[in-house]
Amino acid sequence: MSATAAQSPGQTPGQTPTAPEPRESVRRRRAARPRNTGGLSSTSLIYLVLVGVIAASVVLTAIEGRNFFSQGNIWAVLTAMSVLGLIAIGQTLVILVGSLDLSVPYVVSLATVIAAGGMKGLDSNLPAAGVNTLGLCALIGLVMGLLVGVLHVHGFIASLGIGLVVSGYLGTNYQGSHGDASPDLELLGRSGIAGIIPTAFIILLVAAALVTLLLRYTRLGHHLYAIGGNQDVARMSGVRTVVPVVAAHVMCSVLAGFAALLLLSRTGVGLPTIGSQGRYDLLSIAAVVLGGTLLAGGKGSVIGTIGGVAIFAVLDNVMGVMQVNPFLKDFVRGLVIVLAVAVYARRSVVRRPPRFGGSGPLGASLGTNQKGGAA
Amino acid sequence: MSTATSTPSRPSAGRALPLTEGSLVQRLLRGALTPGGAVFILAAVLFVAVVAINPNFGDPPQLIRFIGRTAPIAIAAMGQYYVIVSGEFDLSMGAVIATQVVIAGNYIGQDEGRVLPALVLMLLVGAVVGLVNGLGTTLLKVPSFIVTLGTMLALGGLVRYLTGGAATGNPVDTFREIGRGGIQDVPVIEVLPYSVIILVAIMAGGVWLMRSPFGRTIIATGDNPDAAGLAGAHVWWVKTRAFMLSSLSATVAGILLVGYAGVHPSVGAGYEFQAITAVVLGGVVLGGGRGWLLSAAAGAFALELLFSFLNFQEVESTWRPTVQGVIIILAVAAAGRAWSLGRRPSRTSPPAAPAPPSTPAHPGTETGEK
Repeated sequence: MSATAAQSPGQTPGQTPTAPEPRESVRRRRAARPRNTGGLSSTSLIYLVLVGVIAASVVLTAIEGRNFFSQGNIWAVLTAMSVLGLIAIGQTLVILVGSLDLSVPYVVSLATVIAAGGMKGLDSNLPAAGVNTLGLCALIGLVMGLLVGVLHVHGFIASLGIGLVVSGYLGTNYQGSHGDASPDLELLGRSGIAGIIPTAFIILLVAAALVTLLLRYTRLGHHLYAIGGNQDVARMSGVRTVVPVVAAHVMCSVLAGFAALLLLSRTGVGLPTIGSQGRYDLLSIAAVVLGGTLLAGGKGSVIGTIGGVAIFAVLDNVMGVMQVNPFLKDFVRGLVIVLAVAVYARRSVVRRPPRFGGSGPLGASLGTNQKGGAA
Repeated sequence: MSTATSTPSRPSAGRALPLTEGSLVQRLLRGALTPGGAVFILAAVLFVAVVAINPNFGDPPQLIRFIGRTAPIAIAAMGQYYVIVSGEFDLSMGAVIATQVVIAGNYIGQDEGRVLPALVLMLLVGAVVGLVNGLGTTLLKVPSFIVTLGTMLALGGLVRYLTGGAATGNPVDTFREIGRGGIQDVPVIEVLPYSVIILVAIMAGGVWLMRSPFGRTIIATGDNPDAAGLAGAHVWWVKTRAFMLSSLSATVAGILLVGYAGVHPSVGAGYEFQAITAVVLGGVVLGGGRGWLLSAAAGAFALELLFSFLNFQEVESTWRPTVQGVIIILAVAAAGRAWSLGRRPSRTSPPAAPAPPSTPAHPGTETGEK
């Protein structure tokens, strides 16, 4: 969204963004303004897919003799969304800036054992343990961000490396469950509104709203898109590229820490393998890409990511209701990822407008025709 | 056109590719300073360190067995190299290995006559998986990370579903001999494992491939797919073949692993990341276009030597991932600098020594492979 806003002034300098519209070719218009042409943007497409998946789930659940929209089932779906959702929001930030974070599962595991170990089952320890945990996550994110931003290590490698370092630490020092969550935190995991919307989901929505505001209305957010689009161009345009990269990684790790606290509120104990068992690294990246964010960075939105997470949660839920073999679930997930991304991967690629001949008579006439048709 | 007069015709054209200048020794020395060459030095240093702790390790029979043990990961790393140098990722490698292992276990059983058909079937499955990965990446324009993640989940899930997640099937010993056995009574090394022969054959084939037009095209494609496409390369087919090579390498690694590890759907778990680590350790740049095939294999050996070193030092094996993580971060941070130093003449400092004008440069002959 911000990418489109950033593009339009750049196309024809010296004119107002609306003036050159008739001279744009059809392709250029589609690429630059997916929302105005009447075509489907990837965000609306992902929600259409979501509606389709929900419709199919309702039917399949009904065949099993159960109601998809029952209180308990909606609660289950929304709870399942909350943890992966928080991680995926962080992952969105990192991917937008052109990096990747493969360390989230290990950060999540580490955060649960550290938080549970700090709480020792006492409410009085909750604030300190929470702050400690999130601070540690922020520190991990900071190291990763500095590796990516200052030393120019590829995000894939930096986060894979940090993840391995953390997993080695976890494997050496923690065997089995560790610590005990405070009762207040466990209460939070069970609380909700009217037995339908869990508090965890509200936390997810608040985080999504805050990050969306950050991306749309702050300088940092715009810089994230600019750097993800093209780091060199952003730097030469006067953007300091280190700070947004580091900030994205810190926010991603902190959001993973929050997700770990939510997990802890449900499990009650810290588990050193909970993150890698959940495969949050690959699933969160898949959810982000499913949500229409370009893996190369520079284009995407948190709203789309939430849609992607919702698709996974609904699929998991209906497969659980149908008692699908857990190994077959992976098979279905894999198929869905590839098929769903294949459906709209072609349109979400921002094509550079043709440099020569794009504004010829044919292009102009097509452009005006379509504008007339749309109006 | 005014620039034509302002730039004198110095013999500076050769400076763009310093690796093509000088005698063989000079070129080797310069090559050793690039990340692709440095990994050979790293492997040698690690080897010396391991032998210093445990002198038995240096005995030829021991050493050849170590090489045989490392062959599967080295082969997988070379397969991953093709994909990475073309600018993509292949995360499906571990799942392909698991699939092949399970196919071998269940299709062959105790029937000797099925060994050859099974090999054909496995190679076919590998080629098809690679084809799917490649076509998904190139024609559907889905990022390779996502396509191969999808095939990884789908294949891994299917294999676990079909086997129930437990070890099933037991291929005949003749099939297992491929990974386990060797030619007996060889002088000096006692046994020459088949896996070493396969490794050497694949290395030789790979070097030949990277020197062929296909190899040149794959590096050009990884460096800049648009430019390669405009120059006439069929980018989609080049990349698809890279994915097929990767899956076929995973298949060969799987065949070898049947001999060592037995039939279990979790064989090969994590192989994709280990192969990527080895490739990156070999100085191959993620994003494509830079790096040598043999460096990827050397990266695999360096990694295994490092693990042996830690074993002999009696470091707890749970620290292995930590060491691996630190190593790859350091390797990549160093490589990012060294490639630009090795390849590009610095603009600020004047050329230290004038290029020998008599040496005929062979443009484009020495960039892909040492």
